[in-house]
Amino acid sequence: MNRPAKHPSKRATAVTGPTALYDVPGPRTRRRHRVYGVVTTAAIAALLGWVLYLLFDTGQFTAVKWSPFEYRGIQDLLLTGLGNTLKAFAYAAVLSLALGAVLASGRLSEHRPVRWVATALVEFFRAMPVLVMIFFIFVALKVQALPALVAGLTLYNGSVLAEVFRTGVNSVERGQREAAYALGMRKTQVMSYVLVPQAVRAMLPTIISQLVVALKDTSLGYLITYEEFLHAGKLIASNLDYDLPFIPVVMVISPIYIGMCMLLSWFAHWLAGRQRRNPRTDAAGPAPASPGTLLPGAQ
Amino acid sequence: MDVLTKNFSLFAKGFLGTVELTVYASLLALALGFLMASFRVAPIRSLRALGTVWVTVLRNTPLTLLFFAVVLGLPRFGLVLPFQLFAVLALGCYTSAFICEVLRSGINTVPRGQGEAARSLGMRFGQTLGGVVLPQAFRTVIPPIGSTLIALAKNSAIAGAFSVTELLGTYKTLNELGYSIIWTFVWIAVGYLIITLAISALFNIMEKRWGTAR
Repeated sequence: MNRPAKHPSKRATAVTGPTALYDVPGPRTRRRHRVYGVVTTAAIAALLGWVLYLLFDTGQFTAVKWSPFEYRGIQDLLLTGLGNTLKAFAYAAVLSLALGAVLASGRLSEHRPVRWVATALVEFFRAMPVLVMIFFIFVALKVQALPALVAGLTLYNGSVLAEVFRTGVNSVERGQREAAYALGMRKTQVMSYVLVPQAVRAMLPTIISQLVVALKDTSLGYLITYEEFLHAGKLIASNLDYDLPFIPVVMVISPIYIGMCMLLSWFAHWLAGRQRRNPRTDAAGPAPASPGTLLPGAQ
Repeated sequence: MDVLTKNFSLFAKGFLGTVELTVYASLLALALGFLMASFRVAPIRSLRALGTVWVTVLRNTPLTLLFFAVVLGLPRFGLVLPFQLFAVLALGCYTSAFICEVLRSGINTVPRGQGEAARSLGMRFGQTLGGVVLPQAFRTVIPPIGSTLIALAKNSAIAGAFSVTELLGTYKTLNELGYSIIWTFVWIAVGYLIITLAISALFNIMEKRWGTAR
């Protein structure tokens, strides 16, 4: 424990990081920190214990509440729900990438009216709550639940992605574009052979983080009675035969939902880290917007 | 078109509901986000771990699932609160994870020398953080906090589906009364635009007054 650290510099950065907040602690401070550490760990453990006590006290671990998960029909129900969630996500992801590409090329167009229309669309769809769009499509336009959900998610995420693509293209060094024009390429060729590949590569972590937002938002389908994962959970949770196993359902569903999103976030993070280490992408310029900090509706 | 004039009080009630929800949830999100950000930069490992878990879990939780768990789940523990309070809790906790990350990236932009100067004056960790580093970090993160709170205002629409009086929920009543749905949604959209534009104007003013060009 008290051995001198083998890599003093490594240890120092691990403790202090790049912040201005504190120095490498000395022996007395380290002892004090250890005491604080034990106290906070105890406090956190006490909190967790209290939650566990509440769970037991309100009878959340009784056999009857967990029995539904043994049945084939209910497992199938959950799996179908999960499948529907993934289906909505797949459609929304592909379509919003396509819409994003269309809107971005609109915003980058040389024709003013096209630019204006694309800008207006992007600004409007980013300013609206996704749920308002989904409800509008579902209620006012009387569209089925799945297409309504996918359309709402596509309009919103597509216009956010359009901005991501646009900033990506704009952040490619000017010289790249000039060189391509100098070779006699047309604008479409400059875009598709030179700018877009570099832009996409640089923005890939951000794009995937936005897809995490889309994945999270598929759960909005629950509110328009699309039979997705949460909907399946609700069906089981409100079953009287199993003594309303609400908390068990939450305890089963949440880790799966959160796990899927974390996996995708982690992938974005990993990509960003890999790009930061890769000297070749430095040429592309744009600092990869920190992945995972995206909030549905932010930006 | 006349949906608005004939049902102004209903719209006003929904609008105020959304505003209230946004304000209370923002306050909770800022307070919790600030707390978690200070945990995440603290020298104590267990506090850092707590902050990391809080942020990672909440950032990857679908907000609908969180609402579902809070509004329908907490009563199972005997915690029965008004729906609006549940909504504030869910929205505030969810957004606090994003506020925390914004604040933390702001803290990282403060030059190390500032902290060294504070320490050489004999300040403790809390004093350095609260008196020197955070005020400067705050100035750099005004715009991203603004967009996070705009997102919060938009996300508050979900609360309507969980029995909270707010703007989007008004469509249900008006739909039953047989008014034109399209116009109802137009006015709802206008309502949300007013709220988000107001927040962005507020943060523009704040940025002009306090923002830094470091």
